[in-house]
Amino acid sequence: MILSELKPWEEIMGYLAQDNNLFLVGCSGCAEASGTGGPAQLAAVQEHLEKEGKKVVGCTSIDFLCQKALVKSRLRAKSKAVLAADAFLVLACGIGVQAVAAAVNKPCHPGCNTVSLGGIRGKWPGMERCRECGDCVLHYTGGICPLTTCTKGLLNGACGGAANGKCEADKSRDCGWELIYHRLQQLGRLDNLKVFLPPKDYSKMLPSAALRSTSFYALEQPESR
Amino acid sequence: MSLRQALEAKRFAITAEIGPFKGTDTSEIAELAELFHGKVDAVNVTDQQSSVMRLGSLAACHLLREKGLDPVLQVTCRDRNRLALQSDLLSAAALGIENVLALTGDYPSLGDHPQAKPVYDLDSVQLLWLISRLNQGYDMAGNELRGKPSFFPGAVVNPGADTAAAMELQLVKMEKKVAMGAKFFQTQAVYDLKAFEKFIKRVSWLGVPILAGIIPIKSAKMARYMNENVSGVNVPEALIERMEKATDKAREGVQIAAELIRELKGMCQGVHIMAIGWEKKVPAVLEASGLAA
Repeated sequence: MILSELKPWEEIMGYLAQDNNLFLVGCSGCAEASGTGGPAQLAAVQEHLEKEGKKVVGCTSIDFLCQKALVKSRLRAKSKAVLAADAFLVLACGIGVQAVAAAVNKPCHPGCNTVSLGGIRGKWPGMERCRECGDCVLHYTGGICPLTTCTKGLLNGACGGAANGKCEADKSRDCGWELIYHRLQQLGRLDNLKVFLPPKDYSKMLPSAALRSTSFYALEQPESR
Repeated sequence: MSLRQALEAKRFAITAEIGPFKGTDTSEIAELAELFHGKVDAVNVTDQQSSVMRLGSLAACHLLREKGLDPVLQVTCRDRNRLALQSDLLSAAALGIENVLALTGDYPSLGDHPQAKPVYDLDSVQLLWLISRLNQGYDMAGNELRGKPSFFPGAVVNPGADTAAAMELQLVKMEKKVAMGAKFFQTQAVYDLKAFEKFIKRVSWLGVPILAGIIPIKSAKMARYMNENVSGVNVPEALIERMEKATDKAREGVQIAAELIRELKGMCQGVHIMAIGWEKKVPAVLEASGLAA
């Protein structure tokens, strides 16, 4: 289980400004359980988008977007609608958004923020793709996360230390910002690089007090406290 | 004259750079202060360059200032979170330090404490934003400061980025740095003048002074090492050959640096000399380039 919550509607409409034909993708795994990405939520978001004058050219909910092979095969069946879309709006965790972004050559916007569960994961086996930062920026970066793909987690572009496209800290790793650059170039969205991203609120990355107080989280026996 | 005054007067600016030692011996800082006095507009002090632990930039800048030099405090995002960055900046202002160079910082694994926890709470663009905010009299949280600094913020750019994507990323980031308050740029070492000229043509519209980086070459081996290992450095083969053939390597290295400076004088607004151990040769470089006062 990985927990997500819907982004504020104003934020979503803000980054959808230049995209009118939208393809909605939900996730029937953790996102449906979170109340953000199941069929019911997709229908509600579709209604909302249409009220705002957007056209929804496709809509589908996939069982676990993080199962990347499934994403491609499901979307292939809807290739006409995929081609007709200006952009995708993905109602899922950060891994789901990145999985869709890697499968389609279209801008993929995150409809949700991924909330920290302090390390409890969905089907995805690690923290290396989504830090559960609670304030997703994948719409600026072409669906590639700068927090996890850039070794330094820089938000406003490359550090200048890369050599031949490889990270200064680990030559076996691609420079995350060069990957972001190439993706944005493919999408015709290089202007996104000019947007200043303010310092992150890292307190959003901590698991909530409510979660930490659950018996599920505790190792100590109640009587030993 | 301060760096700010030199750049505002549109005079060709000269900055040098020192990297403090590991330890409390500051005698070389005093020695270099005397040597640089009257010869350069400002002196950068690195912030634990290459992630190797050393005496701090803040203390060294203060010592330079006491000797009558205008210091440039280098600040990286590697080791300090937003609390420490703001507090150190206020400390610098209280000591009369005005020039601040905002950098991302090398990754800790490159240095002598690879076990360290990397911070990067802010990036270099956000650090410039923060410096501008302090100048306006507010901290990051929006609280009013009791006494505000008047920093002259600068930034760095790597004009020799080796892939097309890396180059474009450098240019966009430079634009963002200017938008967030950078008043001058110091560059990675320049050897390839044609490539540098191309870079200058692409960024001149920003209207911000650029000080080209100069690292005097000590040997052919050092040049080859930099080509292999230092991002954005490209020493042309012709210069490496000159170093190989030279009988007096030190003299040749100084000569090459001076020639580069003479050529760069028509292209940009100043030079930044990073001597890396050859600080005592900086006056000779300036003299040979015709820039000595």
